[in-house]
Amino acid sequence: MNMHVLEVLGLRHRTGVHPPARKSARSKAIEHMPLASKVILPLQQHIGACAKAAVKRGDEVKVGQVIAESDGFVSAPIHATISGTVKQITTITSPVTGQPVPAIIIESDGKDEWIELAPADPENLSNEQILTRIQNAGIVGMGGATFPTHVKLKPPPQKHIHTLIVNGAECEPYITADDRLMLEEADRIIAGLKIVMQVLSVTRAHIAIEDNKPQAIERMRKALAQLSPPERITVVAVAARYPMGAEKTLVKSILHAEVPEGGLPMDVGALVQNVATLAAIYDAVTLGKPLVERVVTVAGMVSEPKNLIARFGTAASSLIELCGEPDTSIDQMIFGGPMMGIAQPSYDSPIIKGTNCVLLNRSDFRDEHSCIRCGRCIDSCPMGLMPLMFVNCVKKGEYETLPNYHIANCVECGACAYNCPANIPLVSYIKTGKTELQKRGVK
Amino acid sequence: MHNVSKLVLSPAPHLRGNASISRDMYIVTLALLLPCAGAVYFFGLYVLLMLATGVLCAVLTEYVAKLMRRQPFLMDGSAIVTGILLVLVMPPRTPLWIIAVGSVFSIAIAKEAFGGLGHNIFNPALAGRAFVTLSFASALTRWIAPVSSFMADGVTAATPLGEGFVTTLNNGALYKALFLGNVAGSVGETSVLLILIGGAILLAFGLIKWHVPVFYIGTVFLLSWIMGQDPLFHILAGGLMLGAFFMATDYVTSPITTRGKIIFAVGAGILVVVIRVLGTMPEGVCYSILLMNAVTPLIDRYVRPKPYGYIPTTRKEA
Ligand code: SF4
Ligand code: SF4
Repeated sequence: MNMHVLEVLGLRHRTGVHPPARKSARSKAIEHMPLASKVILPLQQHIGACAKAAVKRGDEVKVGQVIAESDGFVSAPIHATISGTVKQITTITSPVTGQPVPAIIIESDGKDEWIELAPADPENLSNEQILTRIQNAGIVGMGGATFPTHVKLKPPPQKHIHTLIVNGAECEPYITADDRLMLEEADRIIAGLKIVMQVLSVTRAHIAIEDNKPQAIERMRKALAQLSPPERITVVAVAARYPMGAEKTLVKSILHAEVPEGGLPMDVGALVQNVATLAAIYDAVTLGKPLVERVVTVAGMVSEPKNLIARFGTAASSLIELCGEPDTSIDQMIFGGPMMGIAQPSYDSPIIKGTNCVLLNRSDFRDEHSCIRCGRCIDSCPMGLMPLMFVNCVKKGEYETLPNYHIANCVECGACAYNCPANIPLVSYIKTGKTELQKRGVK
Repeated sequence: MHNVSKLVLSPAPHLRGNASISRDMYIVTLALLLPCAGAVYFFGLYVLLMLATGVLCAVLTEYVAKLMRRQPFLMDGSAIVTGILLVLVMPPRTPLWIIAVGSVFSIAIAKEAFGGLGHNIFNPALAGRAFVTLSFASALTRWIAPVSSFMADGVTAATPLGEGFVTTLNNGALYKALFLGNVAGSVGETSVLLILIGGAILLAFGLIKWHVPVFYIGTVFLLSWIMGQDPLFHILAGGLMLGAFFMATDYVTSPITTRGKIIFAVGAGILVVVIRVLGTMPEGVCYSILLMNAVTPLIDRYVRPKPYGYIPTTRKEA
């Protein structure tokens, strides 16, 4: 029977939720924002080890110059994003973890002087050279996960990758950064995609875009049609259901295969790359340009939502100033989307590599009640879990029971909490549970 | 910038849907209004007094219980639903004091003593009904036929499932009477049509899944047919419809997974037929659901959704 019939009959239920899209900056072309007079660059912008400062106070730096490096394979260097003087090496509150993190502050000389770039033709580069260029450019996953890209592009030899999935789903409400990038920079994305296909020697790629972005779908299809020779790349319109953009959800809807528990998409022969990351890969490999800026959507309770290109380290307040009158009842600023984003302690929080959105809103605190066992969290969970049981176990302190309910499978998407009538902050309980398990050394 | 000191830190998700417990409960109340209105129409204004007593006692009991347990009293509407449901499963001329006793029992013992909403094992309204049946059996056997005028007192009559029930109606006319509500029975169970409309409201708002009523009623139909009974009569008569849409679907006391709900519904359906056909009691809906309530924790223990990417343990040795 056709899937849709099964869904209507309720014999196969669709997971996920339908938050309102609120993509108010959808029709706003990407704008370069004026350069900041000062940037604050935290030395940990990605998953993996913290970088060590390679400059000292008073040093003159140019745009693209490496200012912090870390050793280890799972790491990416950090570059100066404006030219000027290193003002201070200090400690700030990390916009990601909320913990103290070392940071370098650079004051602009107003010249925007770049280091010398070394363009290259990717077809003449070896895989090793391409990966090195990607690593040196400091590229990490720009969809929010910020995992170093060169590591992801070097799967262990026993894993055969046959399909590349390009993540243009952008399923979080408000965010339009990837949508605009696809509309305005389709060719850069496809150029980056071809580089990745070359590195992985895959011949098949799917560009997944939620069906609420028909213009982006059309634009990407047009750009593909102009390729010669044509490539085996298709644009797939996926259902607009949160969290469609989660890697495992995407793999399931495109390849109709589930990533084995505890595994990665490469276990079913797939690799997922975000559209913004692909554009950055093109810049790095072909133009030799390090990653120093990104598109950030400013949205929520501002009168003029925008998609701005901001250098990393720019304070959020500088972006907000460009977006009209902020509503006076705003009391919360989130980096990322409303479903998985992180509330920031101050308007000074700097934009970093994973910041796709600055969202200004009124906080929505609700009293937590007892679970009424309505089962909505189960129906919403894309990972087929029973989120209410995590709450149950954590409340009782029975952490050892959590693995029986496959807690490690949870991607912390928040779909369960979105629909809970008892306003239970399920994700917070799940995080507590995971932390407690880690403390106890249970895997 | 403004508000500098006041940025609120809170965990994700920062955006939530409009689901709330009180919203759920008020939708259920809305869906119950039709069977209630039908009951007033069929059995007279006395039903209004019964409803007022049931709801008032339920809400007051909850208030007192919360006070004693030093927990905040939330007007989440769940006590209202319990009060209404309790009245709907009572005979039409039940003395108000019995309603009051049942209502207090439903909330104080069946719900709060177990820990309040979300922790109770048995459906509070049905537990209350069972309690008063056992305690005051003789006061609860006076069934009346529906009256045509609002004020008049009814004529005593046997319920369709009772011993003394004889009908001069042919099958077609009997089904029609059962469907529209023109028969003796509990306050809210007589009109199948009104209950179906109420059930449709619950389905439309996504509050219940179709599986529960369909499997429950379907099981009763098939099994009574196999046992040589009149299947249509069995699904139209008695409290089956009310139970299937409004009680077997109770979140707290039925399994949480869809597969678990199906098992629950089939089990309850089997019990109804067994009790009606083989037992001494004429009606089995109340006990079928209460019995399945007791099995619910067991069902929830074993029936779980398949996690994404699940690897069966047998293949996990490596
Ligand atoms: S959605 Fe909330 S109330 Fe419903 S079962 Fe899950 S945790 Fe309980
Ligand atoms: S349990 Fe985890 S994966 Fe499932 S909905 Fe909740 S946050 Fe998402």
